[in-house]
Amino acid sequence: METVEIKPRQERTAADDAVFKRDLVQLIPHLRAFARTLCGDATAADDLAQDAMMKAWDARASFQMGTNMKAWTFMILRNQFYSEKRRSWRQSQLDQEAAERTLVAVDDPEAPVALDELRLGLAMLPPEQREALILVGAGGFAYEEAADICNCAVGTVKSRVSRARRALHAILEAGDYARDGGSAGDAMRSILADAERLSSIR
Amino acid sequence: MIEQRPLPERRKASAALDEARLRQQAIGVRLRQMFDEVVNEEIPAEFLEILRRADERGSGKS
Repeated sequence: METVEIKPRQERTAADDAVFKRDLVQLIPHLRAFARTLCGDATAADDLAQDAMMKAWDARASFQMGTNMKAWTFMILRNQFYSEKRRSWRQSQLDQEAAERTLVAVDDPEAPVALDELRLGLAMLPPEQREALILVGAGGFAYEEAADICNCAVGTVKSRVSRARRALHAILEAGDYARDGGSAGDAMRSILADAERLSSIR
Repeated sequence: MIEQRPLPERRKASAALDEARLRQQAIGVRLRQMFDEVVNEEIPAEFLEILRRADERGSGKS
């Protein structure tokens, strides 16, 4: 972490902007990853991440230096996502489409099977459970930070994460994701084998 | 001899619990892997370009 100088807002300088910009650039990969989990589709996700990046840049004067910029930008991205989603048509339709697009997008024969199935399983979760699980389970946020990002109580995040974990486990176990021709139970077996391989590398 | 006390069912239950925990951990590893895969991608030039243009606009020199 960098040293942070706290200045009154009106004294915002070009140097502040430069620091903000540098930090924002460092967050782009994380914004892209979060957007990808929300959108499923990579192109739509990058559009969303770009919009969020620009919103953050435009709102830089309202960012309090020294506070968690990652959480702040994730909150902007999430708000952007849901306001766009509200404008578009039925939510469930979108989720289903995202799942289908993800399925189509994964045509790399070398791609590990279970990764698609995890994505499909995620797509089957209610959005609020999915995002809570992603933020805490993959994004590295504390429950408190995830609660700030999602604008809900800490207890709500905790319960969403735990419900998401149980549901995802059940989906993968049952092979219940929306994949044609996939054999039930393979997803979980493959995930287990992969985790073992990864933990032996670490 | 006291070791005989735990019922087989109880042992079975705790083995099932370990198994469930293992599976949750495996899903967690996968989840992070999925996320990190995107994090580790190179930033598309478009992002930096958009930001550079906005910065120039903001500071009034272009």
